[in-house]
Amino acid sequence: MVYEEKMLKYIGMRLLHSLFVLFGLSLLIFFISRVMPGDPARVALGPLATEEQVQKLRMEMHLDKPFPVQYYYWLRSVTHGDLGRSLYTKRPVVRDLNEYLPATLELVLCSFIISLIVGQVSGVLAGYFRNSWFDGFSRMVSYIGVATPAFAVAIFFLLIFSHILGFAPTVGRIGIVMRPPPRITGFIIFDSLIAGQFKTAVNAFKHIILPATSLAVAHIAQEGRVTRSSIVDNLQKDYVAAHTVHGIPTHSIIFKYLLKPSLIPTVSIMGMDFAFIIANAFLVELVFMWPGFARYAVTVMLNKDLNAIVAVVLIVGVAFGIVNLIVDIVVSFLDPRIRLQRKGG
Amino acid sequence: MGVSKGWYKFSRNPLSVLGLTVLIIIVLAAVFAPYITPYPEHAGPFTNFRESSLPPGPKHFFGTDTVGRDVFTRVIFGYRFSLLLAVVVISLSVPPGILLGLIAGYTKRRSLEIVIMRVTDIFLAVPPLVLALAITAMLSPNLLNQMMAISLMWWPWYCRLVYSVTTSLRHEYFVHDAELTGAKKAFILIRSILPNCVGPVLTKITLDMGFVITLGASLSFIGLGVQPPKPGLGTMVADGAKRLPAEWWMTVFPALAIVLVILSFNLIGDGLRDMFAVEEI
Repeated sequence: MVYEEKMLKYIGMRLLHSLFVLFGLSLLIFFISRVMPGDPARVALGPLATEEQVQKLRMEMHLDKPFPVQYYYWLRSVTHGDLGRSLYTKRPVVRDLNEYLPATLELVLCSFIISLIVGQVSGVLAGYFRNSWFDGFSRMVSYIGVATPAFAVAIFFLLIFSHILGFAPTVGRIGIVMRPPPRITGFIIFDSLIAGQFKTAVNAFKHIILPATSLAVAHIAQEGRVTRSSIVDNLQKDYVAAHTVHGIPTHSIIFKYLLKPSLIPTVSIMGMDFAFIIANAFLVELVFMWPGFARYAVTVMLNKDLNAIVAVVLIVGVAFGIVNLIVDIVVSFLDPRIRLQRKGG
Repeated sequence: MGVSKGWYKFSRNPLSVLGLTVLIIIVLAAVFAPYITPYPEHAGPFTNFRESSLPPGPKHFFGTDTVGRDVFTRVIFGYRFSLLLAVVVISLSVPPGILLGLIAGYTKRRSLEIVIMRVTDIFLAVPPLVLALAITAMLSPNLLNQMMAISLMWWPWYCRLVYSVTTSLRHEYFVHDAELTGAKKAFILIRSILPNCVGPVLTKITLDMGFVITLGASLSFIGLGVQPPKPGLGTMVADGAKRLPAEWWMTVFPALAIVLVILSFNLIGDGLRDMFAVEEI
């Protein structure tokens, strides 16, 4: 069972590493937020507040204490699950997150599914039918997709599909006149399906399709390219030729034998791609007025809401760290397995 | 590798040469903007409401915006900001990144290596846009702060890249030989290891130009970068977006301009990658 032990050790070390990095990140962002010019208490209360009120808020936020003390207070409250109070919405940050995070999660999930389907399929097809018109076409599309910033993609989609073709609605998660479904998971499509409100589900789906696709474009472009080149590489391998000679049908070869090894480079860039998905979500949510975590983050940043900014950056760091961890584990899982299989058989 | 040999390899790629041509045109246009644009005064505070919101036509190639400024002129001037941003960020972030990467990769002191790489990891723990957003948000939003914020979190990428090259070469024979003959560390680093970094670093720089421009445009789009009335490309897209779909030219042309410049950088980067890759056998 040496393999399992090694995996556990690897996971353990990675977890420790991630924890350290998160700790350092929190220190960094906290430091920056407290060192910046400007008086957060005054900004929060506005110009009409009296000096005493501002001073009181300052003491509440521990702004008068030295920096390490501030950090200690903040760390202590974080471990108790309290990320502070947002200076902008005046509510506990945790409540804000609770409300907005599912929207973004739903968006990211949808775009992930879209990019998986479109990206992988087109990558495999382009790799298999190398140098065909489809290959050239998809290569051109992915070049442009990579070169277009997410907000431009979102705006182009908005222009083409919403305004010109009238395909999909422009803002929000569901229509204004619709009643939102009971909140079970926070995913509107899911919740409305569970509650049996099919019309709401369809409406929500129409709302999500455009932002999810805009988010997925850069991802599709990247992944399609990588999948294509790894399919091309693997097609040259001997085992494919052997299978063909043995008379195994082509679609079997593609799905049973080619797909797994070709997925390795794709999965390993998924970690990096996820960073871009998060970053692009900020822009896409803004364009489509999607009430999600990223738009919340932009709002609090524009309003210099210190507590919320720190919390937001931390959440992003945590999410990114988790995804990277999973990707690393999956990659190390896929790789030695195949190496072992090859040696054995 | 000689320049002529390198150019030959690069020119094998028609797309890369196209990218280079387009980029040269854009750079020249940006540098000589006041002389070649039809309405240079439109790039600043200027209003002419009688000619506002005009669609593209012979007098205004890209139409005019809501206060009557020529979009074409502003796009060319906007290129100035984007290119300046890219150049400044790269010059500020690449040298320290390379330096730290070399030190971390070559030093015999594990503690130093660990410290440098951990700090790098911390900066890489969040997507670049998010951190740049947070930092710019906490300062006052303008081009200078934008440049500082982006540079601050761009150097780790180069540190990591150079680090991986350095560590892979550290135990090679030619490095060992140099050490045995008593060469100073700095000498080894500069003469033996650094030339091997040039290829990947140069390719990355070209591709990064595109990334930095995207980042800058995104920041401006959100409102934390170039402020109106200055003609930043991202700012123009954001302003024009409010006018969709009727007055589409105010958004579409700046957006296309961004895509064009990023595309050319990417094509050049691909050509560079091919140029350097063949050498590794």
